[in-house]
Amino acid sequence: MTQFLQQMINGLSLGSIYALVALGYTMVYGIIKLINFAHGDIYMLGAYIGFIVTTKLGLGFVPALLISMVGCAIIGMTIERIAYKPLRHATRITALITAIGVSYFLEAGTQRVMGAGVQTFPNVFVNETIMLGNVRISTQQIVIFVVTITLMVALQFLVNKTKIGRAMRAVSVDGDAARLMGVNVNAVISFTFAIGSALAGAAGVLVGVYYNSINPLMGMLPGIKAFIAAVFGGIGIIPGAMLGGFFIGIVETMVAGYGSSLWKDAVVYIILILILIIKPAGLLGKNTKEKV
Amino acid sequence: MLQVKDLSVHYGMIQALRQVSLEVNEGEIVALIGANGAGKTTLLHAISGLVKKSEGEIIFLENSLNKATARSIVSSGITQVPEGRRIFPDMSVAENLLMGAYLRKDKKGIEEDMQKVYERFPRLNERKKQLAGTLSGGEQQMLAMGRALMAKPKLLLLDEPSMGLSPLLVKEIFSIITEINKQGTTVLLVEQNARMALQIADRAYVMETGKIVLSGTGEELAASDEIKKAYLGG
Ligand SMILES: Nc1ncnc2c1ncn2[C@@H]1O[C@H](COP(=O)(O)OP(=O)(O)OP(=O)(O)O)[C@@H](O)[C@H]1O
Ligand SMILES: [Mg+2]
Repeated sequence: MTQFLQQMINGLSLGSIYALVALGYTMVYGIIKLINFAHGDIYMLGAYIGFIVTTKLGLGFVPALLISMVGCAIIGMTIERIAYKPLRHATRITALITAIGVSYFLEAGTQRVMGAGVQTFPNVFVNETIMLGNVRISTQQIVIFVVTITLMVALQFLVNKTKIGRAMRAVSVDGDAARLMGVNVNAVISFTFAIGSALAGAAGVLVGVYYNSINPLMGMLPGIKAFIAAVFGGIGIIPGAMLGGFFIGIVETMVAGYGSSLWKDAVVYIILILILIIKPAGLLGKNTKEKV
Repeated sequence: MLQVKDLSVHYGMIQALRQVSLEVNEGEIVALIGANGAGKTTLLHAISGLVKKSEGEIIFLENSLNKATARSIVSSGITQVPEGRRIFPDMSVAENLLMGAYLRKDKKGIEEDMQKVYERFPRLNERKKQLAGTLSGGEQQMLAMGRALMAKPKLLLLDEPSMGLSPLLVKEIFSIITEINKQGTTVLLVEQNARMALQIADRAYVMETGKIVLSGTGEELAASDEIKKAYLGG
């Protein structure tokens, strides 16, 4: 039981990271039906921005988190403007290949500027371990969890209760109808990239804090897992990405803890295959049925 | 109020509108009738700025809309109720109405107009929180019209509001259109239901394969033999 609880806590921490990244995948997919394969690299850039802010500028965790989120939002909007917007009416495969190209560009660019090797992310706050019975919780884990939940609540509020959130939902179901209401669709798409990228930026800083090491290719595998998490929950559905992220994080940690860490990635792919067979629309996905 | 001059629209190689000219005066109900594929929806989309014009000009309240965006067209006072309603199915009735008021900033005015919409369509009032996608076809049409009214349009474009509705509901919708017009909103009404449209229209245009082929007052057209044969079933 102790071990189970311990794995659960570790899984929730990892799952928080996946969930934050998965949200960006799902929001962008929801609004322009693009699988933004460069999204994992935004998360990597978020970690690097956090690294620069803490080491070069000597600032603490909160400024690093905020600056990274703003930085990633700007990067995300810029990428959308330069790489994806001109392809708005192109075939989906064209946009997808472009996204892969953007991903390579960001990875190679970071290697060039920051070096290809691993960098050590500094300890930005005193890390203590709290014992709950025999279960260990670190301050880092608590911070990760609190930041993630706060961002998720804020996102839910933004999407469901604000005017811009309504516009995002409108554009994602019917762009032309939204246009007829006077919505500036391009601005809404840009805003969606900004929010999704900011969440990835936050995840990047959190992961830097958690694992203390970052590198230019660190976005690849978590990017894929977060994408699987988004598909698992139902791509385009925001609560689905949250659920999927936590689920994948917990499963991965459990497999590594009880079985073998050699298996943890394979199990995630098996889950993807199973969900695609059993419920292709994802756990929270609807069977699309529309009134004529 | 609205002048469309020699408007042509192409979809790739297909020419959907051929030098269409039409005029709507303030206070009128103008009907536009024509068979499937005649280009009626395309014309409304061009007025709303959803499709590119290849030729011609659209003038609204003395201003050319040629450079206008869909957004600025809405804020200049033209709102469209699109074909097939296009309500936002995953949003509640109330949220759909708020979408209609998207460009308005006057919170109080929006609140008041929402009440007016609920008074005009009591069925929506009973279903404020219901998801729009679960409304019946007639209720969705009312919601689409209510949503458009939330923008306080000077000119309301209606694309086949009677589509798929029972005769009784069609009557109700048409009487609501007349009422909206009486209260000061000019209406351009696209319809397949020529009989009903000509009854309430001050003037009407008939469109065939991208061209205006006939125009006149609603009564004139309703009495014309050509129209009787082609659109009124004898
Ligand atoms: N997005 C599009 N791409 C290509 N062709 C189109 C497009 N939209 C409409 N068309 C074509 O333009 C012509 C006019 O279509 P439009 O929808 O304007 O007709 P309509 O008069 O509204 O017909 P209906 O009464 O059936 O609604 C048709 O031949 C149609 O096939
Ligand atoms: Mg049509």
